[in-house]
Amino acid sequence: MAQQLTATNDFVIKFANVNGSGSASANELFARAILRMGVPVSPRNIFPSNIQGLPTWYEVRVSEAGYLGRRGGLDMIVAMNPETWQRDLAEVAPGGYLFYDSTRPLPPEMFRDDLTSIGVPLTEICNATYSDPRQRQLFKNIIYVGALSALMDIDPAVIEALFSEQFKGKEALIDKNVAALNLGRDWVQKNLDPDICKLKVAPADAVGDRIFMEGNAASALGCVYGGATVCAWYPITPSSSVAEAFESYCRKFRKEPESGKSKYAVIQSEDELASIGMVIGAGWNGARAFTSTSGPGVSLMTEFIGLAYFAEIPAVIVNVQRGGPSTGMPTRTQQADILSCAYASNGDTKHVLLFPEDPRECFDHSAAALDLADRLQTPVFVMSDLDIGMNRRLCAPLEWDDSRKLDRGKVMTADELEAGREFGRYLDVDGDGIPYRTLPGTHPSRGAFFTRGTTKNRYARYSEEGADYIENMERLVRKFDTAKSQVPQPVLRRAEADTRYGVLYFGSTAPSMDEALDRLGNEGLHVNAMRLRAFPFPDSVAEFIAAHDRVFLVEQNRDGQMRMLLCNELEIDPARLVPVLHYDGTPITARFIHGAIRDRLAQYQVVPLERAVS
Amino acid sequence: MTYITKPKLHHPSLKRNAVGFTRRDYEGQVSTLCAGCGHDSISASIVQSCYEMAIEPHRVAKLSGIGCSSKTPTYFLGASHGFNTVHGRMPSVLTGAHLANRELIYMGVSGDGDSASIGLGQFAHVMRRGVNMVYIVMNNGVYGLTKGQFSATADKGSVAKKGAVNNDAGIDLASMAILMGASFVARSFSGDKAQLVPLIKAAMSHPGAAILDVISPCVAFNNHKGSTRSYDYVRHHNEALNRLDVITGSAPITAEYEPGAMVEVEQPNGTTLRLRKISADYDPSDKAAALAHIQEQDNVGEIATGLLYLASGRQDLHANLDTVETPLNRLGEADLCPGSAALEAINKGLR
Repeated sequence: MAQQLTATNDFVIKFANVNGSGSASANELFARAILRMGVPVSPRNIFPSNIQGLPTWYEVRVSEAGYLGRRGGLDMIVAMNPETWQRDLAEVAPGGYLFYDSTRPLPPEMFRDDLTSIGVPLTEICNATYSDPRQRQLFKNIIYVGALSALMDIDPAVIEALFSEQFKGKEALIDKNVAALNLGRDWVQKNLDPDICKLKVAPADAVGDRIFMEGNAASALGCVYGGATVCAWYPITPSSSVAEAFESYCRKFRKEPESGKSKYAVIQSEDELASIGMVIGAGWNGARAFTSTSGPGVSLMTEFIGLAYFAEIPAVIVNVQRGGPSTGMPTRTQQADILSCAYASNGDTKHVLLFPEDPRECFDHSAAALDLADRLQTPVFVMSDLDIGMNRRLCAPLEWDDSRKLDRGKVMTADELEAGREFGRYLDVDGDGIPYRTLPGTHPSRGAFFTRGTTKNRYARYSEEGADYIENMERLVRKFDTAKSQVPQPVLRRAEADTRYGVLYFGSTAPSMDEALDRLGNEGLHVNAMRLRAFPFPDSVAEFIAAHDRVFLVEQNRDGQMRMLLCNELEIDPARLVPVLHYDGTPITARFIHGAIRDRLAQYQVVPLERAVS
Repeated sequence: MTYITKPKLHHPSLKRNAVGFTRRDYEGQVSTLCAGCGHDSISASIVQSCYEMAIEPHRVAKLSGIGCSSKTPTYFLGASHGFNTVHGRMPSVLTGAHLANRELIYMGVSGDGDSASIGLGQFAHVMRRGVNMVYIVMNNGVYGLTKGQFSATADKGSVAKKGAVNNDAGIDLASMAILMGASFVARSFSGDKAQLVPLIKAAMSHPGAAILDVISPCVAFNNHKGSTRSYDYVRHHNEALNRLDVITGSAPITAEYEPGAMVEVEQPNGTTLRLRKISADYDPSDKAAALAHIQEQDNVGEIATGLLYLASGRQDLHANLDTVETPLNRLGEADLCPGSAALEAINKGLR
């Protein structure tokens, strides 16, 4: 028998369940309880495109050190789904644990002798207590949380407090859940040696004031704070919860007190074509508007995005990326829409992309995107993904400066028009490529113009003159250059020692990258790191690449799309950018990044620093 | 088309309407469509309607898709903001614009290719939602700008200029709009201004989704023998059901009408439509009967025109969404941003 895995506040546990069995809330309860004990956790839903019956998993990484990326590997499986039993079992590291329902005797081939098997007769306990089949199913989940809490030293008072908050005002439900919890705890305490499980949770103080939130809810809240009044969307995994959360926050914050009327409009449209059309119509008419979607939706929106670029209309698109192409892996994560968003549309176009790393930045970037779209009069993408969007993630609390004004950009007012100020819709008066616009209905006789997707001159008159076309297209490039200084700037993390190697990464890769950098650093392998937060790339990105012999580019797609974008936009020799690619649909792990960079550095014959010194 | 630039000077004796504008103030640039195009007559009818209704031009937003019809917003209401969107997708842009500012008058201009072929989906859904607008389809049964291909409203069996026969069933946008929930559905003919102008005015006064399917012959590609959209054909097969007046609270604006029984219909926004019946037993408030009548006329090769359907009591999109009276595009930080204290409370709930 392998040495039993022994760890406190540092392990990975995975729950294997059947979709629709009510396991999700019990599993989240488990994760939250650990969080409440002051120990950081990062849970991940691994779910099928299905409502009921197919396998689903919930993986919880417990890390007092605060590593929130997916670690890779597994220390304990809670095997509640016979269908996936064998593959679940195979994932557990030697010395790890199998937690299972021991009501029925199982044949020896269902076990591994290098694992500690912990059987609790969950069904038997349930059947003895409950007669209603749905109750039996739901409380079985709570009973295993109770059993695990006893095995891992999770404080039951913390769980009871969570019940009280969840079922506030429904005392009967609180009592029922506490009773179920105790059924599991009592059975373990009566029948098992508490030290059979050496994965323990101990109170710590490593969470601080951080919040535990899904990126999609944070994006939605960013749109509320950023002043969006129109949301048009079409249901698509993994982005649907953005619009749903927006509506729910609006019901809370955007009702006129006296009348109860809404200071927002949400339309579930007939398709993504209509969603983006409505956003563009609202943006043209001066309301802040956004849509949320995923890759296939962006494909459909592409024609309209070209219109918004060329006619210069503000629009925000929250793209919660999933595995592509086509329907791809609808319930898995990727960063594979970089190019399709950066260059969406026929003709020469470039779009502003923002890359949030966690829910906090989903909030910040969504609010910023609404300002940027108005300021730049162009579509702005918030490039979230399923890993950030649909999982609760520990992140810095959300902040808002009450003195902050909505930046409406260059909108000429009725007074300015009345005073005789010259108006040319596509006239570059300030040299930054950004023209003035007027909103429909502003002035009885001045400032009206015709918006079109065809070519036009600087006064918005239809023109097929080459000179007019080129002047306009060059101004759009100038405008895109202006955007460089207005988008969120990259974040630099310097290695502890000088190095000729750098790494670029972005979005949901961030927590795994942070961990990989720590591990590389501990091994004396030093790499400077820059987290990209936006396209167009600020000048500091080119400078970073120029300052290193080789730069790793870590991304979650097959073709190295960010690498292509960098090579194309900054005219970088592709040989200097080394792709590190992970794209099987699971979130990238620190182990993967660490391994890939370490192996590459070995090929380049980099000697770890302390070894070189000693 | 013409190369003449329109003179900007107005004759000082031009009559002004109640808001001080002359008819010329409602015109746009010189049309670049073919001489004799039905669309130009519709543009002229829009100009006349807006002038007579004394609408301030800048209070109208005109939106269109792509095609000959969708070019026309350049040729009327030059002091209004216009938006030539993408092919078949004007309805969504108009919907979004309307959400942003409920105070303007929205005019959507489209064609049969734009609405019935590429844009059938958006056409259906904008009607379903009851967007408060006037949606004018300039319906000629062909693609003009790409030189004469059939569109989806072309009648089955009609013959193209080059001899091809249309084997596909034609889509009747008026019937479709009734089915989809439009609350004002009318059909007219570009060659019958006396019927068209009051219908446009009635549509503009209607507080909901109003659609006008206007048969508008294409002189270049669909005005020949064998076409069911030619001037001659439509003149001979036009079965007008009624004639309309619009009463906006002040004196009724009347046109010249043939005699007939008269019905007054009050709309939720206070305007009254005065309907002079031509077909004595036609009741435009009866949805099923309207659909049946359109179909019966079609069966005998006739085109039912006039106010085909008028729903009572249907609410528009803003009423359904219960949005505030102030246009959403005028709300500021105080209305929109819940502030840092609310955010701190949210943070607290997420720990």
